[in-house]
Amino acid sequence: MLEINKLNAQVEDKQILHDLSLNIKAGEVHAIMGPNGSGKSTLGNVLTGRDGYEVLSGDITFNGKNLLDMGIEERAREGMFLAFQYPVEIPGVSNMEFLKAAVDARRKHQGLEELSSFDFMKLARDTSKNVSLDPSFLKRGVNEGFSGGEKKRNEIMQMMLLEPSLCILDETDSGLDIDALQVVASGVNAMRNSERSFIVVTHYQRLLDFIVPDYVHVLAGGKIVKSGDKELARELEAKGYGWLEGEVA
Amino acid sequence: MSAIATPAAEFQKHALTLAAAQSATIAQHNNSPAWMTTLREQGAADFARTPWPGRKTEQWKYTSLQSLQDFVAADWGAALVPAAGHEAVTTGSAVSSALLSFDATRLVFVDGVFDARASDALPSGMTLFSLADDAASKIIADNLGRVAGSVDAARRNLFSMLNNAWTRDGLLVHLPRSVTLEKPLYIAHVSSAAPANTEATVANQRVLVVMEEGSSAQIVEHYIASTPGQAAFVNALTEIQLGNNASLHHTRLNMEDEALSHVGAVHLNLQRDARFHGFTIAEGSRLKRIDYQMNHCGQGAELNLDGVYLARNKQLVDYHTTIEHRVPNGTSKEVFRGIIGDKARAVFNGRIHIHKDAQKTLAELNNRNLLTSNSAEIDTKPELEIYADDVRCAHGATISQLDETALYYLQSRGISPAQARVMLSFGFINELLQGLPHEDIKTALGTHLSALFAADRAFVSDGDVRDAAESA
Repeated sequence: MLEINKLNAQVEDKQILHDLSLNIKAGEVHAIMGPNGSGKSTLGNVLTGRDGYEVLSGDITFNGKNLLDMGIEERAREGMFLAFQYPVEIPGVSNMEFLKAAVDARRKHQGLEELSSFDFMKLARDTSKNVSLDPSFLKRGVNEGFSGGEKKRNEIMQMMLLEPSLCILDETDSGLDIDALQVVASGVNAMRNSERSFIVVTHYQRLLDFIVPDYVHVLAGGKIVKSGDKELARELEAKGYGWLEGEVA
Repeated sequence: MSAIATPAAEFQKHALTLAAAQSATIAQHNNSPAWMTTLREQGAADFARTPWPGRKTEQWKYTSLQSLQDFVAADWGAALVPAAGHEAVTTGSAVSSALLSFDATRLVFVDGVFDARASDALPSGMTLFSLADDAASKIIADNLGRVAGSVDAARRNLFSMLNNAWTRDGLLVHLPRSVTLEKPLYIAHVSSAAPANTEATVANQRVLVVMEEGSSAQIVEHYIASTPGQAAFVNALTEIQLGNNASLHHTRLNMEDEALSHVGAVHLNLQRDARFHGFTIAEGSRLKRIDYQMNHCGQGAELNLDGVYLARNKQLVDYHTTIEHRVPNGTSKEVFRGIIGDKARAVFNGRIHIHKDAQKTLAELNNRNLLTSNSAEIDTKPELEIYADDVRCAHGATISQLDETALYYLQSRGISPAQARVMLSFGFINELLQGLPHEDIKTALGTHLSALFAADRAFVSDGDVRDAAESA
């Protein structure tokens, strides 16, 4: 699914990721944990191809293709999805119009026909109910005036509609109360299958009680300093990140 | 050889000749009430003695009237004089398809003349100036020109004077006390193709809205041209008197094409606790100048005005708005957004004048512009004059660019950068469209504009224009 090999990347002339390697197979859920400033969000932005995030060396293969050759929208159409830590408010662009444009672009890329407006509206309404978002949110501007929890649920709704093969959740749990967290987690769990992989980036172990990972990696100083199974997350919760500082070269 | 006249003098001379010819024709038909004769004569006299605006005239500093002066070259000699009978006027199918279709009382005016065949029956309280009975004549005489008349003499509008001079008909919308207009009133002002013997059309359009205490209504005025590319000069004036606690949603759609010059004005008086929600949109042309002159005359009135302007090619759009807060406790909120592309120009001048007695006034003015080409130009000027000490007032004007983060967000969902820019540029004005009170109009306008944005890159920012600028 995704192979990251010795990735070095910088933002504004400051190197953030150092020789980072990660191999994710279809159907796996990988959690990436780490202290603030360890490069967690940078990894997500590098994977989606955001401007300003410069790859210095290393390579990334996504579904057998060279990811670094693709533009932002191409990666999305190929099945990569990033749930934003801070979803963007876009007043004046309706959520429905935005979702349809996104789904149309993905379907077209897959050689599928665009959905009719009628069929899409029905699909969008049904999906919004699955994340406990009132269908009236579809008519509003993208994320406009949404609460923190509503924004995150809107992200999960997009993920459900786009049916990506790789989902990256960037601190989706930050700022969520327990109810909203459960809605988000059950949305993610409903999408888990043998074809789809997840990268769950989080600062807190709490999310991993609800989305149980196959692997846990600790990112510190821009590289993976420790990997393990879900028990590693519990250990981190108990001990903090301090005991791993020594592992940073 | 006679002395060579300046183009400006030439325009004035033509305009007055036309006014005189029209007065004579109307007198011949003997269908002009005394108040209208007076209005015409007064208008002609005012217009004749008002200097033609030049670059040094503050109100016209950024807008040249050259295209109007050139317009005189076209033969519009008898353009305003009505043909044999009003019944001869009829709209072609081209116009019918340009009209918005929604559940409303539809009234169609062609070059300022009522087109009964294309219109619904005039509802109670509405009448043509030319058909006004004594009671209606009294309402007209009591209210017409009153709004403009309450404005400082120096700021009286030159083209409103000309509109007076050229008046041959108009529409009175009168709502008595506590009456609610059930259906929206849709007034289509159509400029027709020039008759065979002339090269251009001149249209004088006039509406007077008088709403008494506690009445409420929705009015949509739609300016359209029947034939693309026709040369025409439209002078449109709408006067609105809102009585105590009256409420009006007023939508002014100004969508005529390139070849047409339009000078229009809305004059509004708000009495105690009256509410005005206005929406105005103008697509550019060789000349579009629209003035909103609004007066808080009674306490506690609420005024909202949203505006959109779109200019491309070598078009010009100029909005001048003035709000006079003469009394305490008034509220005003004005939001204007424009997108200017190619070599087009736009002007926005928003003036708020808070008189010394107008304590506790709340006034907000915001103007944002997207420039989509390096040759496009916006002259924006918020103007605040405050003489009261206990008021809240905010204003700002910006030249913006598309939000990079929003672009990234859309792209990260698979949307192409080109499509994302169309969506965001349209979204910039769509925010204001969403405030329209009428779903059908919102849909009709939204469809028209999104097609325009998809077809013409002039309104789509490529994110590579000037840096943002902020004025105080």
